[in-house]
Amino acid sequence: MSKSQTGEPVDYIAETRATYDALGFPPYQWVESEGTPPWSPAEIPLEDAKVALLASGGIYRRGQRAFHYKDDASYRVIETSVPNEDLRISHFAYDVSDAREDPGVVFPAASLRSLIDEGSLGSMAAEAFTFMGGIYSARKVREELAPALVERVVDQRPDIALLVPV
Amino acid sequence: MTSALSITRSVGAPRAAFVDFPLGHTTGKKNEPEMQKRLIKNALGAFQELQEPGGIKFLDERWSDDSAWRENPMRGRESKADGPGDDFRTPRLDTPQYQLPSDKAEAEAQHSQGGCGSCVGAE
Repeated sequence: MSKSQTGEPVDYIAETRATYDALGFPPYQWVESEGTPPWSPAEIPLEDAKVALLASGGIYRRGQRAFHYKDDASYRVIETSVPNEDLRISHFAYDVSDAREDPGVVFPAASLRSLIDEGSLGSMAAEAFTFMGGIYSARKVREELAPALVERVVDQRPDIALLVPV
Repeated sequence: MTSALSITRSVGAPRAAFVDFPLGHTTGKKNEPEMQKRLIKNALGAFQELQEPGGIKFLDERWSDDSAWRENPMRGRESKADGPGDDFRTPRLDTPQYQLPSDKAEAEAQHSQGGCGSCVGAE
């Protein structure tokens, strides 16, 4: 029976748990943060704001190395002026066919550029940072990848940062 | 932005915009640049609209008129079609998985003189 027209958001934690159970694997350990999330108010209007872009959909640019499928915690630096035609995708955990046809579905540099052109967004950092979110070691992300990315993003002095996971 | 509400809540993002689309389309539908732009613009609105840590803005874009996609939201994985018992997981390969063979040739040419500086941790 089909669900209602609107439906409830898919619970990927429950889905993954059920799949792992069915396969006889130990439960997948999702990251569960405790306490109140960190917070800084965004005090600048979007029309004046400089945005930084990070994306975890396995995006690389022609000429760069692709991601591999075994706990790859590397990242790529991609200039935000990049044409979509030069973008590529390597990721094992989602269906990449639409993203390969139109990288704008996981890497919105072109959309952000057109928001800047029409005046509804201030500017964009010159470099975006991409990685492949299928990293099983939360420790590797927390202790290595995330701090490295934070440093790179802060170096560009953005007002806000947009993270696009898949 | 997120299309996986439960994961985002578990991680505890400072603020988020929820896009109720199948995985792999966090910033819109393919070949619909106007829709993609509208989605991003509405998502960025969360920076002004959300005033509490952990707030989530629900974007009102619909993937389709029905909810058939929810039956197999991780499209491309064949676990459901195959049924439990088959290992759906992609093999964990530790070499770069290029989209195109020509990508590999270009990357190797660019890296033949050493690191490129933009593939950090992948040399």
